[in-house]
Amino acid sequence: MDSKTATVSVDIKKARKRRSKEIIRRFRKNKLAMVGLVIITIMILMAVFADVIADYEEGAIRQHSDQRLLSPSWEHPFGTDTYGRDQLARVVHGARVSLSLGVFTTVISLGLGGLLGAMCGYYGGVFDEIVMRLMDILLSIPTLLMAIAIVSALGPTVMNLLIAITISQIPVFTRVVRSSVLSVVGEDYIEAAKIGGSKDLHIILHDVLPNAIGPIIVQGTMSIAAMILLAAGLSFIGLGVQPPQPEWGNMLNQARDNMMTHPYLVIIPGICIAISAFSINLVGDGLRDALDPKLKN
Amino acid sequence: MSSIAQNDNILEIKDLHVVYETDSETVYAVNGIDLSLKAGKTLGIVGETGAGKTTTALSILRLLPQDIGKITSGSITFNGQELLTLGKSEMQKIRGASISMIFQDPMTSLNPVNTVGDQIYESLMLHNDEHKSKKELEERVDAILESVGIPKTRKKEYPHQFSGGMKQRIVIAIALACHPAVVIADEPTTALDVTIQAQVLAMMSALRDQLGMAMILITHDLGVVAETCDDVAVMYAGEIVESGTVEDIFGHVRHHPYTEGLFGSIPSLGSDAKRLKPISGLMPDPTNLPTGCSFHPRCPYATEKCREEKPEARYFGTHFVACHLITGGEPKNDE
Amino acid sequence: MTNEANPILEVKNLKKYFKTGKGMLHAVDDVSFSIRKGTTLGVVGESGCGKSTLGRTIIRLEPFTDGAVYYEGENVFEYNKKQVREFRKKMQLIFQDPYSSLNPRNTVYQLIAEQLVVNKVYKDKADLENRVRELMDIAGLAPRLVNSYPHELDGGRRQRIGLARALSMNPSFIVCDEPVSALDVSIQAQILNLLMDLQDQMGLTYMFITHDLSVVKHISDEIAVLYVGQLIEKAPSDELFKNPLHPYTKMLLSAIPVPSLESRSRKKEIIKGEVTNPIDPKPGCRFASRCKYCMSKCTEGDMELKEIEKDHFVMCRLFD
Repeated sequence: MDSKTATVSVDIKKARKRRSKEIIRRFRKNKLAMVGLVIITIMILMAVFADVIADYEEGAIRQHSDQRLLSPSWEHPFGTDTYGRDQLARVVHGARVSLSLGVFTTVISLGLGGLLGAMCGYYGGVFDEIVMRLMDILLSIPTLLMAIAIVSALGPTVMNLLIAITISQIPVFTRVVRSSVLSVVGEDYIEAAKIGGSKDLHIILHDVLPNAIGPIIVQGTMSIAAMILLAAGLSFIGLGVQPPQPEWGNMLNQARDNMMTHPYLVIIPGICIAISAFSINLVGDGLRDALDPKLKN
Repeated sequence: MSSIAQNDNILEIKDLHVVYETDSETVYAVNGIDLSLKAGKTLGIVGETGAGKTTTALSILRLLPQDIGKITSGSITFNGQELLTLGKSEMQKIRGASISMIFQDPMTSLNPVNTVGDQIYESLMLHNDEHKSKKELEERVDAILESVGIPKTRKKEYPHQFSGGMKQRIVIAIALACHPAVVIADEPTTALDVTIQAQVLAMMSALRDQLGMAMILITHDLGVVAETCDDVAVMYAGEIVESGTVEDIFGHVRHHPYTEGLFGSIPSLGSDAKRLKPISGLMPDPTNLPTGCSFHPRCPYATEKCREEKPEARYFGTHFVACHLITGGEPKNDE
Repeated sequence: MTNEANPILEVKNLKKYFKTGKGMLHAVDDVSFSIRKGTTLGVVGESGCGKSTLGRTIIRLEPFTDGAVYYEGENVFEYNKKQVREFRKKMQLIFQDPYSSLNPRNTVYQLIAEQLVVNKVYKDKADLENRVRELMDIAGLAPRLVNSYPHELDGGRRQRIGLARALSMNPSFIVCDEPVSALDVSIQAQILNLLMDLQDQMGLTYMFITHDLSVVKHISDEIAVLYVGQLIEKAPSDELFKNPLHPYTKMLLSAIPVPSLESRSRKKEIIKGEVTNPIDPKPGCRFASRCKYCMSKCTEGDMELKEIEKDHFVMCRLFD
């Protein structure tokens, strides 16, 4: 009997390891997700090591009147802008702002909105009713309009941009988390957990959220992408990151005048925005599938 | 079957093999079955989950899931016409008009956004070869609804306004709208309460006699079979292990051990025995079927021979059994 | 109905109403009964008769409307949240659907260990693993399945996991809510036999809810028939099958398809109509509209459950 117990014990430990390995294996099998992961990793590395690639003050901020609008060359692989600044330096430093805006706003709004949504879905009743009507009011204002209103009221700084975007995203997450929680709360295994004597918090964390995670991950990654776009959009119309600080959106804005003659000035930041948004979405889809034990292959 | 004249059979299946193929595995769902359905009679197909009952039904209508389900060999003839080689549009004509199907779950087989009258009308429209007028078709709708016991005044109502039993009546009404020659009913009463089941089964039998249809009734319930069927086929792991008239199957002759096991498993109202005699073990993995007789791992009488050799089918008149233990009778006759 | 010796559970005038847009839905209406320790009460009825709600209300999964439930002499409807948690260790539920009642993200081990972990009733890890292994053995699950996920297993094995979970806190009373109706007949028989063996070994008391009279006959000592929220007949199992008194019970029995040829010749009595709407039911007998013996007095006044023979109770005006 003792030897049997021992084998079971070892088995269970092995199973836990096997499970995380299994998730990684499933993720790696998904080619598109791997491509997305590689691209987004490169982007992040670029942002992290921006200072190594190009000096912020010298490359991205200082204007060189003698080097205006130079086409891509060995010296300036991405060319230079209207003020003679190296486009490569501005893109990599801009990545810092753009990517962190996307990630931070998503994390904060997912945290707040997710908590509200989980409580609404799990408890229901009057609390749910009040919170959801508030969210409906927020949702009825177009995202861009609301962000514009908040930023113009508080002043155009990166911090205020972050607040504006976060607030506009909270209702989205509240809704998504609430509805995916609702679809799980009706399942018998939630009741089974209640009968087993589990407390509410344990049930939410252990039974509800792991089963509701799929749509939340997808929404989360889509949101990072959308937030990068929104930040870029706000910066583009002059309400976000202020020049001379580089950010993909305001780079687009500044390149507008020379778009026809020097298309690379819009193409490069544009591609950066599109590729990062796309690859994050790919990673999100892959994660969702990898985390679901029912999708074995 | 040798003893039955060929022209009696409206639907005939010969040596049908069906597999489901995915990237990682192949499921052997139906493995060489022979079935024949006599005109105006009811054939019951009995078996447990995974026996291949529904796959057989879907094969007849050529409704197997695309790209995955494949009929690898065999033939299915309807009124002497081979169905497996028909083109898409010809098959479409047969579906609904000549052969139709009733599904298990009445909740999901009706479209929730159309009224029940419209849904019956639609199936009439699809097969309106005689170009009847709208008024004539509407009258048909009324008549059909009345025939399944639903007042025609309710035809403007939506599915959710009906109870489960009523919904199944509507599903049956749609299936019978074009007077098909063959109806395949896949567990039509499993989702219903017993009293409602009794109503629906009685209604189906009455309609069958009235319209002169033949019916294939797929079920796991031997009680339903005993009360409604003329012929019975017992399926296990994609094969027919025993078949015959209802008298053969419920009579006191030697049966296939699986059939015996099925009878032993049913909690019956008649017996006073406290413990049931279940079949031990589980259905075999359809991707990796056992060698020899596919029932041998669960069979209490299995011998070495059962593990190695596939049993020959033996005929005792209308009664057919495929088991090594049962000898005598005639071997399978392949014309 | 308190004349039975040492009832483990006594339900008194239990009412459970739901508010709906169309009025008050009487899911369980003034039901009283008791169950003796170590026996099985079968609760039979068609869908919507309130049988599941009855079970769920008794173990306090649903708030009650009125009445009392005494478990070993204590009124469980007076328990606070903490007491309910304690009480649930003794009272468990086995679900109908073995597919939706197990968290798909957890392994068999996690599923069976869950209640033990949540209630912290193990000494150390080895003790916990030992207990899980023991429970798997009792429920007839092979040890190699310990790391499987529920979706990898068939319905019968899943139901065995549900059973192992229910047994993990050493309960004395289990509400079985249609535990075999989602299973194949051969697997059904395995689970029914297992339930009966466990009752003998551990002295468990069952409340066995089902729509299938033939299943309930095998496992029950007593049977209660529910119709639109009311208990209309209750008798020892053998008595009920030999001598059903209520017209509804009679027709329910005759509606069951019998797997033999003798029944083919028998003319079946088919109940007309469908179950009465449980929303704001009219006074009198709720079966009256479908009953062929219906008299004028059947649609008047409140109905009462009466003891016609010893231990045989029926709610019908025919026996006034």
